[in-house]
Amino acid sequence: MIAPAVGVIFDGLAYGMLLFLLAVGLSVTLGLMNFVNLAHGAFAMFGGYVAATLMNTLGWPFLTTLPVAFLLTAVVSVAFERALYRRLYRATELDQVLLTIGLVFMSVAATAYIYGTQQQPVRLPAFLRGYTAIDGVNLSHYRLFLIVVALVVTLVLVVALERTRFGAQVRASVDNQRMARGLGINVELVFAATFALGSGLAGLGGALSIEIIGLDPNFAFTYLIYVLIVVAVGGLGSIRGSLLAAVLLGVSDAAGKYYVPTLGSFLIYLVMISLLLWRPAGLFGRRAA
Amino acid sequence: MSHTRAIDALRHLAARQRWRPVEVAFWVATLLPFVLAPAYLTLASQIAITAIFAVSLDLIVGYAGLVSLGHATFFGLGAYTAGLLAKAGWGEPLSGLLLAASVAGCFGWLTGFIVVRVRHLALIMITLGIGLLLYEVANRESWLTGGNDGLQGVVIWKLLGRFDFDLYGTTAYTYALAMLLLVVLMARRLIHSPFGLSLRAIRENERRMSPIGISSRAQLHRIYTIAAAIAGIAGGLLAQTTQFVDLSTLGFQRSADLLVMLALGGTGRLYGGVLGAIVFMIARDRLADVNPQYWYFWIGLLLVCVVLFVPNGILGGLARLKPRDTQ
Amino acid sequence: MTAALSARGLHKRFGSLRVAQDITFELPPGARHALIGPNGAGKTTLINLLTGTLRPDAGQVMLDGKVITLLPPEQRVKQGLARTFQINALFPALDPLEAVTLVVCERLGVATNWWRPVPAFHAAVEEAHGILASLGLDAVCHRPTHLLAYGQQRLLELALALATRPRVLLLDEPAAGVPRSDAGALFAALEALSADLTVLFIEHDMDIVFRFATRVIVMLGGRILVAGSPAEIAVDTAVREVYLGSRRHG
Repeated sequence: MIAPAVGVIFDGLAYGMLLFLLAVGLSVTLGLMNFVNLAHGAFAMFGGYVAATLMNTLGWPFLTTLPVAFLLTAVVSVAFERALYRRLYRATELDQVLLTIGLVFMSVAATAYIYGTQQQPVRLPAFLRGYTAIDGVNLSHYRLFLIVVALVVTLVLVVALERTRFGAQVRASVDNQRMARGLGINVELVFAATFALGSGLAGLGGALSIEIIGLDPNFAFTYLIYVLIVVAVGGLGSIRGSLLAAVLLGVSDAAGKYYVPTLGSFLIYLVMISLLLWRPAGLFGRRAA
Repeated sequence: MSHTRAIDALRHLAARQRWRPVEVAFWVATLLPFVLAPAYLTLASQIAITAIFAVSLDLIVGYAGLVSLGHATFFGLGAYTAGLLAKAGWGEPLSGLLLAASVAGCFGWLTGFIVVRVRHLALIMITLGIGLLLYEVANRESWLTGGNDGLQGVVIWKLLGRFDFDLYGTTAYTYALAMLLLVVLMARRLIHSPFGLSLRAIRENERRMSPIGISSRAQLHRIYTIAAAIAGIAGGLLAQTTQFVDLSTLGFQRSADLLVMLALGGTGRLYGGVLGAIVFMIARDRLADVNPQYWYFWIGLLLVCVVLFVPNGILGGLARLKPRDTQ
Repeated sequence: MTAALSARGLHKRFGSLRVAQDITFELPPGARHALIGPNGAGKTTLINLLTGTLRPDAGQVMLDGKVITLLPPEQRVKQGLARTFQINALFPALDPLEAVTLVVCERLGVATNWWRPVPAFHAAVEEAHGILASLGLDAVCHRPTHLLAYGQQRLLELALALATRPRVLLLDEPAAGVPRSDAGALFAALEALSADLTVLFIEHDMDIVFRFATRVIVMLGGRILVAGSPAEIAVDTAVREVYLGSRRHG
């Protein structure tokens, strides 16, 4: 009885880590800039397709596509932020929602046009394929890799946020933008850099998703919803919150699919609604979204 | 002196809710499809139904200021109620519509308790979540809803015992248009009433409501319920005029499309939803013919442009062109 | 004689920050009391505790002798307790007539009516217009609030509170931000307040305090430091130390 449970937890943990990578950027930028960026999923999708193209058209090895996916997505996202998003920082929530939904529509259609609607294939290096059996539990190498990558990223983020000067500037800007500006912090630069980082992570997440959850043009919509759930439940601007919420979501989803497959996503939505009613600002959120 | 001014003030307020010539012209124009485009009456009836749906969302989003991403929930509930009633053997349209509105309104009242307690992202997620929940339930209980195939065997009786729902859509359009008129008349009264005024005040500054003695939650709960019932009417109409209901009536796509329509037409302006519905549905009809898979690209682009350049939609843009009549 | 508004032993803390400590005071009917103190003394917090926006950790609030500590803010307004805000909290897109009419409608119990148009409620609109006229705002009553001059907005802030026909009025720095040139209308309005109305106002401007107040309450660090007539407070050594010099806060 133990083995399947451990297997479920392991799979759930890996899935949760992936969701964390996809969501953490949105959580921080929402908490920082109060800008509802529903196109975050589209940035993740972009990273995924960058990796897929490099692998399948140019024959690059999987691992090298990862940093490129990260960087390219970061650069493109900053372009969007400078050109479009900053005009709407003072706009109503509804307008921000509408603008970014429009961008999602465009990205989904454009991706379908360029790549078609089929799933993108991925070629993993040998050491990431297959699994290791420990005590009757099959630990997939790829999922182990995912967990390790996510933990490393979390560590880097937390250290950067707590120990570096830039991190201090980000924390100050999240806490009180006006005050931070008054202290001479270049808040615009902080915004742009954080946004780039967050979107880059989403792009990385997108590239890593291909093996686990697949990649097709609908990715931007489908995973937007899961990402939003993680961000809302975890609390805006909280890395800890995103991690906890993502793991919770991942494990619940895996457990649900294994033990009660007919329930589908029903349980997740119910849990989310209940958690949000109890804590509208999220588990670790400071102010209402 | 003050007394005269008070009468002026009353007259000024009364003037705001008078019927404008443009409004009257609009309603006359809605009769044109009968004469000018009889082949398109089915499309026209679907546009009218969507317009009703859009007005109901505008009451929540445009007037009360609550951003909801799950309004299709009530549309779908209304549709399935009317459809199931007909399938069970009672195909009378008007009573079916009444039931559809009641069921949707009831669910709106129930979920309203949780919805009015939250704002911003939590509100978006909860309304979205409720919609997704209901979709899952409908998907699961395919014995009841027909699942992905949709509800079959929906037979609607003659309207008022005399008018058959024919293939040309004449009855359908008359029915839908009459309902649209009713809904708009009702919404008009609501908007110009003290209740409507309180909603606009909530949208402007919710914090100020309890210090003047008004419970914003109670008011928001009311409008949410009313809007749910109206969305239920729209859904019921869809079921009755097309004699078919499927899961898409509950889907997120429908909620998102509706927001797009409001963005196009302009929120908080009564006819914004109607205009947005007309523009969106006609655009979809034309563009989807040309390029069914990629028409969403153009809608996305249109949406981005509207938000950037005409943020209050078409009606908002037009309002800016007119000279202001304040003194 | 029952106090119009009284507080007994109000306590409130946020974590380790004590914003109200053992606040006890009474406002007799018809009073004109001023609440003064340096920034951070807890004056606005006290108003929030009295109106129900904040719930006290301990203590009671009584209106006309009736305990209202557990009543939600809307209910206290119905019982006759109204307030204004230090920073205008108005309805930008509505015009003054609409805003004040709404308050009157609520008082008359018709704010939930969705069937009849606002002008059909003659009495409400006329009363609203009357209130605005008494404050000199009737000329601009159709202009959207966000287009009014700051001084006019401040008067509208007062109008909203007056429209609830309060018995007790709490004013949070009514003259804040109003240039001297426009302050005349505001002062006239304050002077014209009915003698039956009990008023507590927070103020920093000592001229206004001396002009309108019959009694002054001084707060410091969440506590009431001292209370007395304006003349007494002006010469009180403790107060002078707080404002002029050496004494540390809290």
